[in-house]
Amino acid sequence: MEKITFDQLHEQLYYEKLNNGLDVYILPKHGFNKTYATFTTKYGSIDNHFLPPGKDDYVKVPDGIAHFLEHKLFEKEDGDVFQQFSKQGASANAFTSFTRTAYLFSSTSNVEQNLETLIDFVQAPYFTEKTVEKEKGIIGQEITMYDDNPDWRLYFGLIQNMYENHPVKIDIAGTIESISHITKDMLYECYETFYHPSNMLLFIVGPVDQEQVMKMVKDNQDHKEYKELPEIKRKFEDEPVAVAQKKQVLQMNVQTSKCLVGIKARNVTQSGKEMLKKELSLNVMLDILFGKSSEHYSALYNEGLIDETFSFDYTEENGFGFAMVGGDTSNPDRLADTIKKILLEAKGTITDESIERTKKKKIGAFLRAVNSPEYIANQFTRYAFNDMDLFEVVPTLESITIADIELAANELIGEEQFTVCQVVPKK
Amino acid sequence: MNIISETVKPMAGYKVHIVKTEKYKTNTIVWKMKAPLKKEDVTLRALLPYVLQSSSEEFPTTGKLRSYLDELYGGSLFVDLAKKGEFHIISLSMEVANEKFLSDPTPLLKKAIEFLAGLLMRPNVREGAFHKETVENEKRTLKQRIQSVYDDKMRYSNYRLVQEMCKEEPYSLHVHGDMNNVDSITAESLYEYYQNAMKTDELDLYIVGDVTEEEVVGLAEERFQFSERTPQLIDSDKYKQKNNFHEVIEEQDVKQGKLNIGYRTNIKYGDEDYYALQVFNGIFGGFSHSKLFLNVREKASLAYYVTSRLESHKGLMMVMSGIDNKNYDQAIRIINEQMDAMKSGDFSEEEIVQTKAVIKNQLLETVDTSRGIVEILYHNVVSKKDISLDEWMEKMDHVTKEDIIAVANKINLDTIYFLTGKGDVK
Repeated sequence: MEKITFDQLHEQLYYEKLNNGLDVYILPKHGFNKTYATFTTKYGSIDNHFLPPGKDDYVKVPDGIAHFLEHKLFEKEDGDVFQQFSKQGASANAFTSFTRTAYLFSSTSNVEQNLETLIDFVQAPYFTEKTVEKEKGIIGQEITMYDDNPDWRLYFGLIQNMYENHPVKIDIAGTIESISHITKDMLYECYETFYHPSNMLLFIVGPVDQEQVMKMVKDNQDHKEYKELPEIKRKFEDEPVAVAQKKQVLQMNVQTSKCLVGIKARNVTQSGKEMLKKELSLNVMLDILFGKSSEHYSALYNEGLIDETFSFDYTEENGFGFAMVGGDTSNPDRLADTIKKILLEAKGTITDESIERTKKKKIGAFLRAVNSPEYIANQFTRYAFNDMDLFEVVPTLESITIADIELAANELIGEEQFTVCQVVPKK
Repeated sequence: MNIISETVKPMAGYKVHIVKTEKYKTNTIVWKMKAPLKKEDVTLRALLPYVLQSSSEEFPTTGKLRSYLDELYGGSLFVDLAKKGEFHIISLSMEVANEKFLSDPTPLLKKAIEFLAGLLMRPNVREGAFHKETVENEKRTLKQRIQSVYDDKMRYSNYRLVQEMCKEEPYSLHVHGDMNNVDSITAESLYEYYQNAMKTDELDLYIVGDVTEEEVVGLAEERFQFSERTPQLIDSDKYKQKNNFHEVIEEQDVKQGKLNIGYRTNIKYGDEDYYALQVFNGIFGGFSHSKLFLNVREKASLAYYVTSRLESHKGLMMVMSGIDNKNYDQAIRIINEQMDAMKSGDFSEEEIVQTKAVIKNQLLETVDTSRGIVEILYHNVVSKKDISLDEWMEKMDHVTKEDIIAVANKINLDTIYFLTGKGDVK
């Protein structure tokens, strides 16, 4: 077991790669009541075109299947796993994103037993035609719930505007139509491809003894047979630099309009330190331009174009990335034009003084975030899947210069990469 | 064992609550103001904290104020409004890094307390009125905030249920006030309300983190001074016995129907049977092992979410679910059956043990966050009780099956509210 110390943060992280390829991380947090553990596979909604192990042909699976699989993994022959967790005083959950599926629990007692339950249920799929059919009703309601949610529609509408071919444009839960085609055999095929321990990461944070927990996980894994898995082969079509659609207006049953401006990133093949620096540089830039202390924020707010829902973010994964800026507004077209103008003229606004101030703000925000075991486990995993290190955030932030921001901005901001999505009240 | 060690000190016109812990990398400060919910001033009260956090005498523009917070290593500042029973509560919260984790030794806690005191005690005021533009901007944002409830159908249907259910009671007022009263507010009338609130509200200052009592009390003494007051109480028992079941169906352009059901529990925070009510709620609909989750979702596949929750200071329980419009009758039938099962004791010893374990887990998790600690402790201010978390858990441990059945039989169905898609009304 490797020990990694973060002096400034007063934290110690323990790591080991097990024989079957599973990455296990333990971050002891004494003084906390709760232990939080996530068991995550590098498999999300975008992984819909792949070569199943031992097969010669690529398969394309229905939209929403990764999320469907996440739901179904909780059900076993003798009932659902939620029951077992709650008997052990834990609460369990799961989520599916574009690139990951995570299973998790939190508990303040019976931690090792709960950890065993977590690992075992994820590693023992049980799918039948009957239970697959039953789930279609439940997920159907989840999809309908999101259909009525204007913020979700706006967010997804913007991503759909950006991407021509990349499966990030597919709604994570799929559609009622697409999930109707899912069968138990397809679920097993996805499972066999993506749930091998060597494609997964276990993160445990809480008041635990690292030696004892690591031993327990090892013993558990040593008792299970895994054949070595060949490298996972995923297929993605080429994606043009330009956005697929410049503008989309959705009419919905709302009283307040909403507007998001998006910029589709190019050169999204980086990972590790390069990716971390770029992502942080762009987030520092957006904060300088649009943060609450910026002149632009005050001007937009005083003009009545934005309110407290206004937000901005840049995020990148292997194969796609985007910036988003916007929120509720009284004038969606004017807001879109103004945001775009600010971004195109970004360079003149960035000064050394504003960078230093924003770095301080971001460092404080990071300390706030690492109070949260959930944040640590989920973000650490996301970073690790991109060969980045969560605990490098502060030193990387400190190293950012005006040149880094200009470089990242030049790459991001181009006329053909802009797009707009709006939600407006139905006439 | 003391899960939370809280020190409370009476100060000039307020109390300071100190929770010393080394768990966090930040220190948290929460300022709370409590007054009865009233139709006449609910909108003024909803506007006030947003004006206070926008600017102050020292930082006359939002840009300057927020730049200062950035300099304090991204000190966070935010406002929250809540209804607890018949009280309307304002919270202003700040969180700053503990400089122990920084290479820069600036005393951030001290600066943050001084900053917050500045916002509250020396607002941006000229000639007996708040800064006019700030008030107008915040009035506009308040209107958008009220309006936005309509756009989130889950929040909207919950709000509509409470509005229908508590029609004649202050509790039906919206926490962000009334749209029709925003325009008439002026910079003068708001300032007058501010002065009055500072004189009569019950005030509490919470500080959670790696602090010493001496330091905090010293800073509070120096920076926060108010006149003595007697907190205003209200007689909320007069709404207890009402029982006039009604059903409200509203039609809108939505794909998914939103079903919200309100019950009167006739039990409030700190009552002897409150702990049994918590266990009741957990078995009935509070968790993913509950009767509602198992029967409405897992067995009948009618919903993705179905849950029940308590409003502890008002004595309400609310069920919420999203269902297909056509499944209304079936969903109601199943939910009623679960309530009947609870009333007749059709639940196992195992379900009780399981539920207690999960509630205990939930409470302990809540106090892993500084905000969670403050919210748990504040229950005692609202209810005028003095219940420690340890006592809370011990009393829950002693709850029996008979206690839960007795609680179930005190609960009355009050209102069913259903937001349904167009053309689906039966």
